[in-house]
Amino acid sequence: MSFISLSPLDIGIAALLLVINAVVSIILRLGLARQMVIAAIRMVVQLLLLGLVLKVLFDLASPLFTSAVGLIMILFAGREVMARQSRNLTGWWAYGLGTTTMLIAGTVVTLFALTTQIRPEPWYEARVALPLLGMILGNTMTGIALGLDRLLTGTARERNTIEARLALGHTMTDAMSGVTRDALRSGLMPIINSMSAIGLVSNPGMTTGQILAGVEPMEAVKYQLLIMFLIAGGTTLGVLGSVLGAGRRLTDTRHRLRLDRMTAADGD
Amino acid sequence: MLRIKDLHRPGLNPFSLDLDAGECIAISGPSGAGKTLLLRAIADLDPNQGSVFLGQINREAFTAPEWRRRVGYLASESGWWADGVGAHFPGHEQAGALLPELGLPADALGWRVARLSTGERQRLALARLLLGAPTVMLLDEPTSGLDPDSAAMVEEILSQRLAAGASLLLVTHAAEQAGRLAHRRLRMEAGTVSEDRP
Repeated sequence: MSFISLSPLDIGIAALLLVINAVVSIILRLGLARQMVIAAIRMVVQLLLLGLVLKVLFDLASPLFTSAVGLIMILFAGREVMARQSRNLTGWWAYGLGTTTMLIAGTVVTLFALTTQIRPEPWYEARVALPLLGMILGNTMTGIALGLDRLLTGTARERNTIEARLALGHTMTDAMSGVTRDALRSGLMPIINSMSAIGLVSNPGMTTGQILAGVEPMEAVKYQLLIMFLIAGGTTLGVLGSVLGAGRRLTDTRHRLRLDRMTAADGD
Repeated sequence: MLRIKDLHRPGLNPFSLDLDAGECIAISGPSGAGKTLLLRAIADLDPNQGSVFLGQINREAFTAPEWRRRVGYLASESGWWADGVGAHFPGHEQAGALLPELGLPADALGWRVARLSTGERQRLALARLLLGAPTVMLLDEPTSGLDPDSAAMVEEILSQRLAAGASLLLVTHAAEQAGRLAHRRLRMEAGTVSEDRP
């Protein structure tokens, strides 16, 4: 395996490319220079921190610390899901639903991969578990955010339609079926699209990374396939759980539509 | 037939009413007085307190869908969940027979919802409700968008249903309509219902 290590100087030279961005921004008066500098600094700090945290975790090899970091990742992902909604469920549910479903989907799929396919020694090894969880969470998060957003905006928009069905004696499940299907489709579309475009249009970061790190292309591809299946599974679990959960929350046992359990859209 | 006791929710003060079989009670009042809230509360579409009986049976004894098939509510604004009109009618044969009585051709079932006029929507939504044969009808301004001829046809059908023993709680702004259909008239203001004595 040939692995070429990078020196800080190499990274510094690459960073010079940002100067081109800054110059363009200044000449064309895009007003992006400040934002770009901040974004670049954030990227450097966040990634360095990631490297440090992972190094410490790998050295510690403690299942407790590893799961604590995993949990923190999930909590951040939950915040991200909530921030991407134009409407939200009221109260605890706004944060809790997305976070809980990600916790379940992320944990189940990661444990599944760790214990049956990748099987590192020991099985909870942070070097495998955390990157795996990260990739699954990143995609599940996008799916859940899209699915929930579509469900909440759709339910608010289709209120007349849903209540017309309820008034005719249809069940909540039937009345909500249109918006639920829409929301599930919207949440699952990104993973379906990325599966069909992968290798042709998009060049997966993990495969590229592994090849750069000296892994045989076929070995890297096998890993990528495994990860894609895991991501697809995690996303499906997460989207299903959160969309159906939110659907339950927006209705009650007397088959009523409970828009009072949803906040108004931003700007209303 | 329908017995309501102390039904209330925010925006609706405790309300009691007995509606007999074959009886029509009209409710009028300014916009925002709570007329729609009242009908929705009876249909159990919003959280509410109080008791409602159909005959001797408490509303809680029915599942909500069962209740709403017996106590049918028609909103003033209709809702449509499929592109074609026909998809909203389970029994096309029955529907085809009813539509001409509302001034609509039987082939209206083949129309697209997006191309319906306000009046067509309103009559089709009423037809959809009537085909379920509810014992009690809660109608929210069923003729507000209709021309006089169509409105007369709607009133005729409602009279037939009343004669057949159905009950009707009718929210209407048209005093003449209330005069023609209703046995009793109520007035609603700021969430409170009172007897209307013209």
